[in-house]
Amino acid sequence: MHAKLRLYIIVILMMGLGIGLILYKHFALGFPLSPDDKKSVWTIEAKIDFIARGDPVIVSFALPPQTPNTVFMEEDFASPDYGFSELTSPAGRRAQWSKRTASGPQTAYYRLSVYEMDPITGTVTSDLPSEPEKPEFDEVLKTAATTLLDQVRSKSANTEIFTRELISTLNSNAPSQNQRLLLNDQSSEDYKTHLIINLLALEGISARIVRGLYLKDGRRRQSLSNFVEVYIGGQWLLFNQDSGESGEPRNFLIWQRGDQSLLDVVGGRNSQISFSIIRNVHSTRNLVVRDGMNKQAGLVDFSIYSLPIEQQNAFKMILLLPIGALIVVIMRLLVGIRTSGTFMPILIALALIQTTLLTGIIIFLTVVGTGLLIRSYLSRLNLLFVARISAVIIVVIAIMASISIISNKLGLDQAMTVTFFPMIILAWTIERMSVLWEEDGPREVFIQGGGSLLTAVIAYLFMTNRTIEYLTFNFPELMLVNLALILILGQYTGYRLSELYRFHSLERRHVSGKR
Amino acid sequence: MFLASARKLRSFGIIGMNQRNFGLISRYNPRHLYPLVDDKLKTKLLAQKAGITVPKLLGTLQYQHDVKLLKGILSPYAQFVIKPVKGSGGKGILVITEHDHNLYFKPSGDAIQLADIERHVSNILCGLHSLGGKPDTVMIESLIQLDPVFSDYSYEGIPDLRIIVLRGYPIMAMLRLTTHASDGKANLHQGAVGVGIDMGTGSALHAVQYGESVSCHPDTRKTFPELVIPHWDKLLQLAAACYEMTGLGYLGVDIVLDRDQGPMIIELNARPGLSIQVANCAGLAPRVAVIEALKNVEPDLQLRVAFSKKQFAADSSIHPPRQQRTRIDDPDS
Repeated sequence: MHAKLRLYIIVILMMGLGIGLILYKHFALGFPLSPDDKKSVWTIEAKIDFIARGDPVIVSFALPPQTPNTVFMEEDFASPDYGFSELTSPAGRRAQWSKRTASGPQTAYYRLSVYEMDPITGTVTSDLPSEPEKPEFDEVLKTAATTLLDQVRSKSANTEIFTRELISTLNSNAPSQNQRLLLNDQSSEDYKTHLIINLLALEGISARIVRGLYLKDGRRRQSLSNFVEVYIGGQWLLFNQDSGESGEPRNFLIWQRGDQSLLDVVGGRNSQISFSIIRNVHSTRNLVVRDGMNKQAGLVDFSIYSLPIEQQNAFKMILLLPIGALIVVIMRLLVGIRTSGTFMPILIALALIQTTLLTGIIIFLTVVGTGLLIRSYLSRLNLLFVARISAVIIVVIAIMASISIISNKLGLDQAMTVTFFPMIILAWTIERMSVLWEEDGPREVFIQGGGSLLTAVIAYLFMTNRTIEYLTFNFPELMLVNLALILILGQYTGYRLSELYRFHSLERRHVSGKR
Repeated sequence: MFLASARKLRSFGIIGMNQRNFGLISRYNPRHLYPLVDDKLKTKLLAQKAGITVPKLLGTLQYQHDVKLLKGILSPYAQFVIKPVKGSGGKGILVITEHDHNLYFKPSGDAIQLADIERHVSNILCGLHSLGGKPDTVMIESLIQLDPVFSDYSYEGIPDLRIIVLRGYPIMAMLRLTTHASDGKANLHQGAVGVGIDMGTGSALHAVQYGESVSCHPDTRKTFPELVIPHWDKLLQLAAACYEMTGLGYLGVDIVLDRDQGPMIIELNARPGLSIQVANCAGLAPRVAVIEALKNVEPDLQLRVAFSKKQFAADSSIHPPRQQRTRIDDPDS
C-alpha cells in the first residue's frame, strides 16, 4: 500500500504545483490562456508648448499615477537641451524640465505607452479624504446654493444619489434662476468642477477633482476631461460632471487627482498642452512577457523567455514532445495499439510537423515502400546485418534525394521537405518491417506500421494544435501535469481497448456455455 | 458485437496486458533473474544441473568468423534446430528436418542451401532477433522427435505444451498445435491451434485458432475430445520444478514430448502471454487469487502438483472469496 500512497502523493503534489503555477501566471502575471488574446496598447503623446521669456525656465508637468490596473510599458521624455528630472511626491509624480535661459517658442514632449490589465478586484483608491473646506460664497450665491441643495436633498436618499442628482440638476437643459446664477455664464470645465466640489463641501461631503483622458484611436489635440471624485462610504467614486454617471468610463486614463496644477511653467507664457493618442494591438502574451522581464518577476525572468530566440524556438519543439509521449502512453496502455518501436511515432509526428500532414504521410509511405522493395533485394545478396542496415541508410538517402529532385522538377515544393524525416529512423523502420514481413507475414507489418502511423497522426494533430503549442511553450508547468497523468496511467491495470476485442469470443462462449 | 464488455471480462477473471505486467510480472519476477530465462543457454545449463531433460546441444557459434565452422558442425546431423540464444517469441528459429548433400529441407519441404543457413546464422549473431538488437549467440540443438500421441494433431511441426507456473504451482496449461497456416510453428498468432488443457486430467477442453473456437485440427481433421496428454503428472512436476530452478514466481514453461526421451523443457518465459486464457476459455485471475491466498509455498513438488490438480481441475469450480480476487490490484500487499 505504501508505494501506491507515495505515488499518489507525488502525483497530487505535481498536479497541484503545475496547476497552481499556471493559475498564478494567469491571474497574477496576466498570462492569457489563449494564444489569440490581444490587448490594445495606447500610445499617448503630451505636447507642451510655451514661449520662453529669456529667463530661467522650469516646466513642471503632472504625470499619470500608476495603478494596478494599468501597465506602463514605456515612458519617454523629450525636450532638446533641457535638464530633466522626475519627482515623486505624495500628491503624485511630476516631470520637471529646466534650463538656464531660453527664449522663443519651446516644446517638450512626454510619451507614454500603456495598456490595461484585466481588472483585479479591490483596486479602489481608498486614501482618506481631508475634511471638506467650507467654501466662501457671497450672500446671493450662498442663498442660491442652499436653495438648490435643499431641492436636491429632498429628492435623494443617499450621498451617491445626491451627487448624481446635483450634477444632473446643474446640467439640466432648462436651468432655474438659481442654477444660472451659480453657473455664472463663465461655465468653463474647471469652474463647473469646482462649483460641484464646493456645493458638495457645503453639504459636508468630501470631493476632489480628477483629470483624465479618453483613449480613442487616432485623436489629436485632445485635452483632459474633468471628473469629480466623491468620497462615499469609505471609498472614492468617480462621477462624470456632465452626465452625473458614476464609475470609471471605459478606455479612460486617469491623469491626475486633486487640485494641483497640471502644468506649471516658470519663465514662460502662453503655455499650452495637447494630447494625441494612437492605438496598437499587441498579443497579450508578448506584453506580459515584456512586463515580467522589466519587473524581473522570478517566474518570467528565470524562464525560457530569457533564452536567445533561436533556443526558444528549439524549446517550442522540445516542449511539445511530452504531449506526444502522453499520446503514445494512451494509445499503447489504454487503446493497446501496437507500434513498431516505442517512441518512433513521436519522431514521425515531429517530421510531419515540418512537412505538413498529407505530404508527410505520402513521403513516409513512399520512402518506406521503396525501401522495403530494395531491402528485399538486399536480403538476397547475403549481407551481414550491420552492412545491410548501412546499405539501407544509403538507399534511404538516395530515395530522399530523388524525391526532392523529381518534385522540384515537377514544381512540387512541399515534397522537398522530405529531408526532415530522420534518416536513421527510417532505415531502422524499413529493416524491422522487412524482418517482420519475413517472420510474421505482411499482416503484422500492416498492423504495426499502421499503428505507428495512426499514433503519429494523432500525436501530430495534438502537437500542431495552436492552443496546445501556445500552452506548452508559455506554461512549461504543464509538463508537471503531464508527468502526473503519465504516472497515473502507469498504474492502470484494466483492460486495453484491443483486449476487449481480443477476448470477445471468450465472452460469447462463456454466455453460451452457461445456458 | 466486436467488443466484450470490460465488466463481464472482469467477472470471468480475464487478466489484461496491463494487469499482467503490473500485478504478475513486476511483482513476482525480479529483474535480475530475467537473464536466466532470456538466455536459452543459461536455461539449458540450469535445467541440466537440476536433472531436467533438455534437447541435446549440438554446438554454439558466438562470432562471425565461426560461421565457417557451421558446415563441419552440421555435417554429422540430418536433423537439427538453429536458435538465437536470446530470441523471443519463437523468432529466428530455423528447423531442418532433412539433409541431403548440399540441400537442407525445412519441415514444409522447402529446400535451402548452406549459404542460406549461414546468412541466417549471421543475422542471429548481429542481434536481429534479440531484444534491443544486442549481439547474440547461435545454438544448434538436436531436433525433437514427434511423439506418436500427437501425430494426428500436428502438421509439419512439434506441438508444445505451455504451462503457467505461479509461485511454483502450475495454474493453467495449453497445448499449441502446429498447422499449415502457422508454417509448422507453435505460435498462436501465426495460426497455431491453442488447446486448453484440464489441469486435473490432462485432457483437452477447448481449442481455438485465431481466437475462434475450432472442434478439430484444421489440417488433420482430427477432433479434440480424444486428446489426452500422457505423463500428465510428470509434466506438471517438471513445470513446477522450474520455480526452484529459476526463482521466478510467474513463469511460462514450454515443454515438448520427445518420442525417445520423453518430456523435455525447451524454453522458459518470464513474460508469458495471455492467449492461454482464450484457449482455456477461463481467466487467470481466480487461479492467481487461490495461489496468492496461500501463506507459504509448499516445498514438496508432488504436493504442489496435487494441490493444483485438485484446485484447478475442470470439474471443480473455482470460487475464491471476493477480497482475494481483488488482491491482484495492489502491488505491495
